[in-house]
Amino acid sequence: MTTATRQGSGDHVSGMGETGELPRLLPPAGPGGQAPDLTAHLARHGRLPYRERPGVLIGDIEQAGLTGRGGAAFPVHRKLAAVLEAAGRRGKTPTVIANGAESEPASDKDAMLLWLAPHLVLDGLQLAAEAVGADSAILYTHADREHDLGLRLRQALLERQVAGADRVPVQLALAPPRFLAGQETALVSHLAGGPAIPAFTPPRITERGMAGAPTLVQNVETLAHLALIARRGPGWFRAVGTGPEPGSMLATIRRPDGRPRITEVPLGMPLRDLLGDLAPESAVLLGGYHGTWLPAARAAGLSLDNRSLAPAGARVGAGVVISLPADRCGLVETANVVRYLAFESAGQCGPCLNGLPRIAAAFAELARGRSGPRTRADLERWAGLVTGRGACHHPDGTARFVRSALVTFAAEADRHERGRCSATSARPFLPIPAGSARTEKDWM
Amino acid sequence: MRAVSPASEKLLVNPIECAGHGTCAELLPELITLDEWGYPVVDPGPLPPGLERDARKAVSACPTLALRLLRA
Repeated sequence: MTTATRQGSGDHVSGMGETGELPRLLPPAGPGGQAPDLTAHLARHGRLPYRERPGVLIGDIEQAGLTGRGGAAFPVHRKLAAVLEAAGRRGKTPTVIANGAESEPASDKDAMLLWLAPHLVLDGLQLAAEAVGADSAILYTHADREHDLGLRLRQALLERQVAGADRVPVQLALAPPRFLAGQETALVSHLAGGPAIPAFTPPRITERGMAGAPTLVQNVETLAHLALIARRGPGWFRAVGTGPEPGSMLATIRRPDGRPRITEVPLGMPLRDLLGDLAPESAVLLGGYHGTWLPAARAAGLSLDNRSLAPAGARVGAGVVISLPADRCGLVETANVVRYLAFESAGQCGPCLNGLPRIAAAFAELARGRSGPRTRADLERWAGLVTGRGACHHPDGTARFVRSALVTFAAEADRHERGRCSATSARPFLPIPAGSARTEKDWM
Repeated sequence: MRAVSPASEKLLVNPIECAGHGTCAELLPELITLDEWGYPVVDPGPLPPGLERDARKAVSACPTLALRLLRA
């Protein structure tokens, strides 16, 4: 139907052909990167295996060990069970939301998945709705500036309606282009007609979310895995990945020399295999802009699973793995991102509203070689001061990112304090979205 | 017979409601200090015995009702 392709945006899909098992989620790269229509999708994956009763699927998901692929890696079966239980106890029918509003500017895997395999996500949304006894569902995603993702998803929903594939009606909702738009409470606020800004919890949205009803929010990739587990079973899912962290995940890989690449990898994949040869003096960013910088030499010995990354203070997150080119300055790159993150604060909580701009300004001084003798100590103190003191994790994630930069780029910071910088290119490497929120309308 | 111990409680700030008036830190300096921007930093542990009355005063004095006592 469409001639636009995501390949056109400089991304390309690749699977791990040598294992013979991946990719599971993304269709084999076809001409023009076209998404399979519903008929082709069902021919590849088979019909929707409805269980005919709420709760039934939850045991399979627990055995599979599926965790959320939006970044938090929370066990999916526990969220499903919490919503089902709250619905029964409170006598309220739940709502299910597929969260495709990936906030990381460096990540493009959810948009890619929705573009290339919308029906797998929508299958998962139906099956999750059945599992918790929901009677309505919402697909929430960013409008895609380069491609009309909204149109594509509307076409997919229409196809399913015509074929009678869906049992629960699905609404499409578009998120504003804000870093926090995909945060669960921000999402619920936005879908209720308000701004996409976080709320203070408790209550959890599994207890009281949309219209006060128990609400299940799952990342779109998580739902796609769920749809496959429902068809093929937990044993199939566990055939790749590690014992404690089974399955595969979509990762966005940015290497120094190339364009971003979205690839489906098994959990536990060595970072060396993902990134190729790393310049030892360079650095790797794991988990995106709320993530962690690590020296390349350290990252080279780690793998893409939380058991491996935790001792290094890093997490898999939503699968963003970035190798910083050796000719760029990590302090300059960090300063650019921190400035963006400060602007993306919803400005509701005092420590975030005050602390993030201070941190951004001080980091900019460090990056420009204009820092004072106390700048790094100030940054450390402010990072500690904002952590754990917001309604959401935006200050915590920003502080983690900043602290890891101070450690990983400590030698470079010494150089900057002596008025030098080892970078030979000033061209920004990490992507920063243009435009920040100025009025409340920008959050709607 | 079991000894009756007071229910363990802890302080919690709703950071969205908090406007940094600082009243709480004046009334309960043992557990609440202000950061350099005037916002409260609250001891995350359970309320120590003897401070229950002051804690309740601080909670009811908050102009934005941002401070709460929760069961720990």
